[in-house]
Amino acid sequence: MLAKIHVTFKEGVLDPQGKTVHHALNDLGYDEVLDVHIGKYLEVKLDSVSEDEAEIRVREMCERLLANTVIESFRFKLVSTE
Amino acid sequence: MKCGIVVFPGSNCDHDCNHILKKILNQETHWLWHKDEVDLSSFDLIVLPGGFSYGDYLRAGAISRFSPVMNSVIRFAENGGKVLGICNGFQILLESGLLPGALMQNHTRKFICKNVYVRVETTSTPFTQKCNDKSVLEIPIAHHQGSYYIDPHSLSDLEEKGQILFRYCDAKGGISESSNPNGSVGSVAGLCNEQKNVMGMMPHPERCADPLWANIDGQSIFQSLISQS
Repeated sequence: MLAKIHVTFKEGVLDPQGKTVHHALNDLGYDEVLDVHIGKYLEVKLDSVSEDEAEIRVREMCERLLANTVIESFRFKLVSTE
Repeated sequence: MKCGIVVFPGSNCDHDCNHILKKILNQETHWLWHKDEVDLSSFDLIVLPGGFSYGDYLRAGAISRFSPVMNSVIRFAENGGKVLGICNGFQILLESGLLPGALMQNHTRKFICKNVYVRVETTSTPFTQKCNDKSVLEIPIAHHQGSYYIDPHSLSDLEEKGQILFRYCDAKGGISESSNPNGSVGSVAGLCNEQKNVMGMMPHPERCADPLWANIDGQSIFQSLISQS
């Protein structure tokens, strides 16, 4: 099984990279761009766990290590690799 | 004072801290390897030095926080032991939950290495008691991820409880956006926990504490700690 995890800054936390890219896109003429958020994408390969188990374990991995929940939020999808 | 200096893979200010504590201030120092979980109860001070532990991978301090030695440091801190985290050490203290908040990429998106001024906000802590209240110290910073963040409610809580020790300021102690090098909320440069035995700061006092240099403003922090042991 594969966990596809996105970690991004929480709403209200300043994202200087996202802001810079936002301005760059506007400068290139993409006036429709309202906001850009830059985050991290992680793929975590899991061995012999049920989907229910994986759901609990991956959430725990995110809370303990992969995201700093003071400033970041996370979301993930579990995909079967068989 | 018996000092322990933690060495993580990627620490690079460990020897600077050792030089100041041992050679300049004549204190007893010991290296603490990150893989060793040891009893620290005989120590007076544990220093988490600056550097790039674990290459700053994922987030600065995120992986070091799970090093075996950190279990010892957390226990030591919970028993009232004094812990000083400088730069990367500050990042590790925040990741480990010993201090509140988080450090983010500088708002300039650049690594900043320069001398800055910080104002001493309280002298009622073991880390600042030898400083003069509201005095201005010139201390260098060198970081990419030093923009302190905490939600506004918790920031006022820190202020009320006297946990903010240093704020970035200008040469006269004035605080403004232009004297804040990295975009930290409340211009916070250093803070302590509620019990006032754990302190983290982004500026490097060990880089301005050797009398060979013209500036020894960093000494007052180490002298504060020494005076109580």
